[in-house]
Amino acid sequence: MEHAHVIHADGHTHEPHPDSYYIKIWAVLLVLLVLSVLGPMIGHPTITLITAFGIAFVKAGLVCGYFMHLAVEKKFISYLLLASVLLMGVMFAGVAPDVLKGKGANWAKTVHITLPPPVHHETGHSGSGHADDTQSPVTHH
Amino acid sequence: MAFQIPIATGRSVTGIPTGRLAVWWVLASEVFIFGGLIASYLMFRLHHPHWGDEAAHTNTVAGAINTFVLLTSSLSVVLAHAAAERGDKDRAAQFLWYTIGGAVMFLVVKSYEYTTEIGHGFHMFRDVFWSFYYTATGLHAIHVIAGAIIMGIVATAVKRGEHLQRVEYIGIYWHFVDVVWIFLFPLLYIAK
Repeated sequence: MEHAHVIHADGHTHEPHPDSYYIKIWAVLLVLLVLSVLGPMIGHPTITLITAFGIAFVKAGLVCGYFMHLAVEKKFISYLLLASVLLMGVMFAGVAPDVLKGKGANWAKTVHITLPPPVHHETGHSGSGHADDTQSPVTHH
Repeated sequence: MAFQIPIATGRSVTGIPTGRLAVWWVLASEVFIFGGLIASYLMFRLHHPHWGDEAAHTNTVAGAINTFVLLTSSLSVVLAHAAAERGDKDRAAQFLWYTIGGAVMFLVVKSYEYTTEIGHGFHMFRDVFWSFYYTATGLHAIHVIAGAIIMGIVATAVKRGEHLQRVEYIGIYWHFVDVVWIFLFPLLYIAK
C-alpha cells in the first residue's frame, strides 16, 4: 500500500486545511455564480461581459488556486499549463484571420456556396433560426 | 535469480510524485482539446453575431443548476482529498461517492436539457451554433462520465485503505472538468 502524504513545493509536510477553509471558498464561488446569472438582467452589454466572462476567470482562478492547490504546487505545473494556453493563443492568432476576415493581402473569399435552408420545426419559442450560416462565404482554392 | 523491476514513484527533476505529474500532463493536453473547441467557437461567434439569437434558446436555469452542482461536487472532492491527507479513508471514500452523486445529478439535468432542446427542434444539425453546443457539452459530459467511473474505482480502493494519494489525482482532474464548465456556462448560456 502506498502511503498518503502531502508533498509541497518546498518538500515540507503540513496539517491539511480544515473543511471550513474549503467551504468558505465554495461559498464565494456560489456568490460569484449568482452574480454571473444576475448580470445580464441589467441589460448593459459591458456589465454582462464583466459579470459573465470576468467572473468566469475569477471562479476558475479560485478553483485552480485553492481546490487544485496550484497556489502551493511547484511552479513547473503553472508553466506547463501556461505554455498550453499560450500555444492555444498561437493557434487562435493563426486561424482567426481566415475565419474573421473576408480578404487578405494575397487571398479573398470569392466563392459563395448557398446551402438549402435548415428545416425548422414548430418550436413554440419566440426566437427564430437563421440561415446565415448556410450562406457563409467559402474560400476558393 | 529473482530481480525486481523498479517502479517510479517520483521524479527527481520536478520533485512531483509521478501520478500527480501524469495528471497534470493529461490536463495540459486537455487544455488543447477544450481550448481548441472554445477558441473555434469564439472565432465563429464573433463572425456570426446572430448566434446570440440561437443561444437565447439554451436553458440558463438548467445551466446555472449544473454550475452549482459541479461547484458543489468540487467542494466534496476537495474535502475527500483533505480527509485522505488526514488518513481518514472512510470519510474520503464517502466524499468521493458524494462527488459521484453530483456527476449523476449533472448528467440528469443535461439529459433533460438535451431532450427538451431536441424535442423543440434544436438538434445538432440545425445550424453551426447547435453543432458547437452539442459538441462542447457532449465532450464535457463524456469527461464527467469518465471522471465518475474512475472516482468509483478510486473510492472502492480508498475504502479498503489503499492508494489514498489517488484521491488528490482524481480530484485535480475533477476540478479541471469544473473549470471547463465554468467557461462553457457563460459562452453557451449567458452570452445571448
